[in-house]
Amino acid sequence: MAKQHNMRTRKRISNTIAYIVLILISIIWLFPFVCLVLQSFRSYITELGGMVDYLVPKKFSLDSYKFLFSGETKFLKWYGNTLIIAIFVAIGQTAFVLCVSYALSRMRFKGRTLLMRFWLILGMFPGFLTMICLYFLLKQFGLTQAGAVPGLILISVASSGMGYYVCKGYFDTIPKSLDEAARIDGATRAQIFIKMIIPLSKPMIIYTALTAFMAPWCDYVFASYVAFGNDNGYNVAVAMQRWVWTNDFQGYFTRFCAGGVLVAIPVTVLFLCLQKYYVEGVTGGAVKG
Amino acid sequence: MADKKKKGKVSGAFKAVGTDIKDIGTTFAKGDWKTRVSFLIMGFGQLTRKQWVRGIAFLGAEVLFILYMVFFGAGYLKDIGTLGTKVGGYDANYVYTYGDNSFLILLYSILSIFVIFAFIFVWRLNIRDNKNNQNKLILPSNKADIASLFDEHFDKTLLTLPVLGVFMFVLLPIIFMICIAFTNYDATHQSPTNLFTWVGFDNFKNLFSIGTGGFGKTFGTVLSWTLIWAFFATFLNYFLGMAVAILINKKGIKFKKLWRTILVMTIAIPQFISLLYVGKMFANDGLVNMYLMKWGWISQPIPFWTNPTLAKITIIVINLWVGIPYVMLITTGLLMNIPEELYESAKIDGANAFQTFRKITLPYMLFVTGPYLLTSFTGNLNNFNIIYLLNQGKPQSLSLSGGAGYTDLLVTWLYKMTVNDTNYKMAAVIGIMVFVVTAVISLVVYNLLPSVKDEEGFQ
Repeated sequence: MAKQHNMRTRKRISNTIAYIVLILISIIWLFPFVCLVLQSFRSYITELGGMVDYLVPKKFSLDSYKFLFSGETKFLKWYGNTLIIAIFVAIGQTAFVLCVSYALSRMRFKGRTLLMRFWLILGMFPGFLTMICLYFLLKQFGLTQAGAVPGLILISVASSGMGYYVCKGYFDTIPKSLDEAARIDGATRAQIFIKMIIPLSKPMIIYTALTAFMAPWCDYVFASYVAFGNDNGYNVAVAMQRWVWTNDFQGYFTRFCAGGVLVAIPVTVLFLCLQKYYVEGVTGGAVKG
Repeated sequence: MADKKKKGKVSGAFKAVGTDIKDIGTTFAKGDWKTRVSFLIMGFGQLTRKQWVRGIAFLGAEVLFILYMVFFGAGYLKDIGTLGTKVGGYDANYVYTYGDNSFLILLYSILSIFVIFAFIFVWRLNIRDNKNNQNKLILPSNKADIASLFDEHFDKTLLTLPVLGVFMFVLLPIIFMICIAFTNYDATHQSPTNLFTWVGFDNFKNLFSIGTGGFGKTFGTVLSWTLIWAFFATFLNYFLGMAVAILINKKGIKFKKLWRTILVMTIAIPQFISLLYVGKMFANDGLVNMYLMKWGWISQPIPFWTNPTLAKITIIVINLWVGIPYVMLITTGLLMNIPEELYESAKIDGANAFQTFRKITLPYMLFVTGPYLLTSFTGNLNNFNIIYLLNQGKPQSLSLSGGAGYTDLLVTWLYKMTVNDTNYKMAAVIGIMVFVVTAVISLVVYNLLPSVKDEEGFQ
């Protein structure tokens, strides 16, 4: 009796400690985001727009948000650019990845392992290495500066075939006997792919599209290089980092916060809605390598 | 052993080429006149045998190839040895004449070499196709040819665009940049106003030279920090992330989904917002220092970003904030796969929590997530975003060459040399070094992985 009682208390104590740790972790994880939101409501007109030594604004104001929509900068254009890039990249990459994964998982052709090995080696080169060359290639097609948006879409989609690993791993788990049964019934490979494999791999399609959709929102490096100072070709990351890094960031900091909130809300909501599929994709990819 | 295997492979490849050439010869010797004409006019045999689709495809490929080479490729290819000799400039009458553009000469020469190889490949296909056809009485119809592209040759339909995209926008630029590493393309040799040319291994010598002006010392500093960073970023995240996952999985803890969702926020919110913001929080005039000073805990701001050692520690700590959720997501499901009986029998034997973790949980997790650890390590070697968005590799130092700072990784250094210094030749050399480091680590570790060595281990 006494022993059982002892165990129960011990369990209660260990659970209490666990809760305290979890609450601490939650505070640390959410703190920067709370700060971001709070600072976005500080007016850059009546208070300072830069870095200050207090967190909660003295007066709640929407000035920073008004600035973004006022047309003083091309924020809406940049936002639209990023959205267009994200949508097209999501569609294009998913299509490419599905095609490559199906071919590599289901079909056996000459040079298959050679192709896979070759792409693996190519993947070990850092992406930034090729930045200058890609810039000049795009320039030949007129897809830099003002035409940066289609240029960025082209580059992201064209190279996406190499990211087939997770999706192919998923296709490999769909039993091949299904394919064989369909083929006996007279279905062609294309019919099997479109009518059978694609409907079966909904989680994988959502995972691929989601990761592809989220990447352009963070693409600063290549996007800034391709836009090359022409603000019609900027995406939000390129445009807004200047508000933090240029010399007058002191005045633009709250506007960066407001823009950040506007960018983060749709992406975060989308991600949290599709979280289940993301977890599935990430876990599958980690185990199979 | 491995050497022998490699030799076997190389000689095997030579043998394959030899038999291929022999096969081409016998095809010509034994072929009928249609096949022989096809050696020169591709698709001739197919067209005369009424295989219109194949014939037109082969003939079209040949016509396009000749047009490309005559009007475009050959002009660039002839200059590849020198990369151009004529410098553009104003003549006596102030009329500007365009000189050679080394950049385009190199780029299009590589493209032309690609095209030539592709043509040889297609030509070989054409000959093999003729050889197969001349002995057959019934040939596949044009309709069947097209239909096969959606059935037994569906892989060709699926892979054409992705492979073409990778060739054009990944392989071509990489080969181009590898070539740049052997030229003197930098700020003083910018095309189109100036020419650049081949310099052999000079840039590599510069990378390893320790004297003044040499990149040797900086390369050593940056490389060692890159490796230290990748080590800590991978393994600290791994163990702490697993600890958090175990904590949330613990029996009797409620709101499991809520805790996970809170952690996942750092994945959901675009990094360029969260990292730029957090980077500013730790600046000398950032929130953290301001509050600490207001509360009177410190009198001087803590130099989170300006002291080299402190900056490195800060980056590793902030990276925990970014990385723990990923590991938590991955390990949560896997931890539940470990059979409960193992833990119960360990408990009966009197093992404490730490012992069960070390003897049961950890071996299993290391086995299953071995490939993840490897990709995560190589990913961290090239983790551009966290370094660049947090503090751009600062603090910079005059004792480092190429504009490098103390927290620069090889990739951020590469980026700085490309964008700030336009020192393309050294950037290309660094890029090759990144590849070498990644490839060596991947190869060595991959062969050591328990899940590769012993696939059945835990099943």
